[in-house]
Amino acid sequence: MRSPRNGTGVDIISHMKTAAETARQRWEREVLEPALKKAPERSIPLTTISGRPIDRLYTKEDLPGFDYTRDLNDPGQFPYTRGIHPAGYRGRLWTMRQFAGFGTPEETNGRFKALLNAGGGGLSVAFDLPTLMGRDPDHELSLGEVGKCGVSIVSLADMERLFDGIALGDITTSMTINSPAPMIFAMYLAVAEKQGADWKQLSGTIQNDILKEFIAQKEYIYPPRQSMRLITDVFAFCSKEVPRWNTVSVSGYHIREAGSTSLQELAFTLRDGIEYVQYAIDAGLDVDDFAPRISFFFNSHSDFFEEIAKFRAARKLWAEIMRDRFGAKHERSCKLRFHTQTAGVSLTAQQPYNNVVRTALQALAAVLGGTQSLHTNSLDEALALPTAEAATLALRTQQIIAHESGVTNTVDPLGGSYFVERLTLDMERGAREYFDIIDRMGGMVEAIEQGFPQREIAEASYRFQQSVEARDKIIVGVNDFVQEDEKPIPILYIDDSTANRQLARLEALRTTRDNDKVRFALDALRETARGKGNTMYPLLDAVRAYATVGEMCDALRDVWGEYEETPLI
Amino acid sequence: MQKIRVVIAKPGLDGHDRGAKVIARALRDAGMEVIYTGLRQTPEQIVGAALQEDADVIGLSILSGAHMHICPRVMDLLKEKALDDVLVVIGGIIPDVDIPKLQAIGVRGIFLPGSPMQEIIDFINANVRPRAEAI
Repeated sequence: MRSPRNGTGVDIISHMKTAAETARQRWEREVLEPALKKAPERSIPLTTISGRPIDRLYTKEDLPGFDYTRDLNDPGQFPYTRGIHPAGYRGRLWTMRQFAGFGTPEETNGRFKALLNAGGGGLSVAFDLPTLMGRDPDHELSLGEVGKCGVSIVSLADMERLFDGIALGDITTSMTINSPAPMIFAMYLAVAEKQGADWKQLSGTIQNDILKEFIAQKEYIYPPRQSMRLITDVFAFCSKEVPRWNTVSVSGYHIREAGSTSLQELAFTLRDGIEYVQYAIDAGLDVDDFAPRISFFFNSHSDFFEEIAKFRAARKLWAEIMRDRFGAKHERSCKLRFHTQTAGVSLTAQQPYNNVVRTALQALAAVLGGTQSLHTNSLDEALALPTAEAATLALRTQQIIAHESGVTNTVDPLGGSYFVERLTLDMERGAREYFDIIDRMGGMVEAIEQGFPQREIAEASYRFQQSVEARDKIIVGVNDFVQEDEKPIPILYIDDSTANRQLARLEALRTTRDNDKVRFALDALRETARGKGNTMYPLLDAVRAYATVGEMCDALRDVWGEYEETPLI
Repeated sequence: MQKIRVVIAKPGLDGHDRGAKVIARALRDAGMEVIYTGLRQTPEQIVGAALQEDADVIGLSILSGAHMHICPRVMDLLKEKALDDVLVVIGGIIPDVDIPKLQAIGVRGIFLPGSPMQEIIDFINANVRPRAEAI
């Protein structure tokens, strides 16, 4: 500190004032204020899309005590804030994994082959609602739903059709399936078995994340605790039988689509992850035996930097949770790997071509955040499932980012940005505050039973909608820059032929298969569910006997009952 | 004036309830009495709720593509129960080609993603059946 010498009293005060003023305050006083007098800032609230206030400028003063090794470290080094691979995308690009599924298994098989031929790197299966809810096409609630939102899979026969001509030993497959995840996974394994592929070499992911179903997407069947048992069974089965399979994809995507903020998505997703690890440890598994097979799935929404900060904070948080909370020893247990999908909820039915631009920006955020795989939505998804042309354009969007933009040439290019690092630290801190609240409730299962995350999301979702209504948030083409008499775009229309075909097949299946064998297998499944055995083994037997998804899910409904939520608005 | 009574329902198997919940709250904030049925309601349950709650309006939220099966069934049941003066509106992912078909069976308001809440509130206020003044 400079000491005033030979000066007057006034000078001393003036000197002290200058010393106490930070560089930013001086800039604000000398440079900014005169500029604002001439041209004031816009009057709308300047926040992220999640409503987080954003400062005008970030400098090193926003990162007091920032420690490179503790807070960032080099890529591939704990806590992996800058990425889990030392070379980033210079080695391998992310997997361009486009989610697809509609109609009959044959139709989706055709789309899969087209995506693989267009340079897609792996498959991702979208199932229809009856399959996701464990109902056969002839159930009363399946009316009008068969083959609409995804592919209809009733029995092993459909799974054989879905992967006809695709060698499961040579590709990786992601399957978005939750309540009936063990049943569908058993079918996949049975197809692999028939193709002669070695289970030990199979690689892919089942979503198998029931907690976010209770929180957000609501595709649950059984009560939370029994659902957790099924998931723990899959963990134990895979660590022995299918060691390279990702047994859960802990998903924030649906939490965000339900209207959460970016921070809520991060916090609830990682807290779900903590719950799965804790249940598996409580069931007697060793953390390092199953933790490396846990993967994550995030949303990439429109607020560019907030999303990037979320991805970076997620890696750091998970690494520290695994090391400090669970005592994981292996590096692989601490590395958070994630898939990203751009935000379906951000797409608009108005001026649908604008969705291409939204998706491109969201995809870029995911790449700058270091995603391992990526799905880009198609421009027509606020209207219907995508046409083949729209799906190809969505894939091309990723290819342009990967091969033309240059952003893949250096690892974590935004590392060290005052703004991004401040946001990353704030995301981390906010998530830890949510962890504390949920821990105090007794865990995520208890928090869900009390409706805590559900309420938080409903609040956020309503607040966001209100800010759109008030035009505090501008959605181009919706509440500003509106265009009258838009021309309709071509869309994919799924008629009832799928439902009719699947219904006929189901009827035929029930007359041609060995029904005694099915009954015996389903009885064995009920018996295991009543006890403590691993449900995957009787499920595999039921699948091989061509039991349907509905029959297998019903067998467990007989034992465990169904969950019903109290609707909250 | 009695409050307008609205049943908001999610038919079918879909669980994506952000839209249903947001609109339920918006209608409530606009002074309507809102009953939210929760998820996975059959057309029979929805019409049953409308009857029991003496609803003036039924709001259906359907994003799964099942609307051409669910809506005709709801409209038939309403006729059967002599509830055909109940205003039926739908929000969700509805392809253009289905809009005239839905209008032809008596679905009055059809709101696609991005519809402002105020537009829905105004539509209900303008189209709901007049309610007898409380004596």
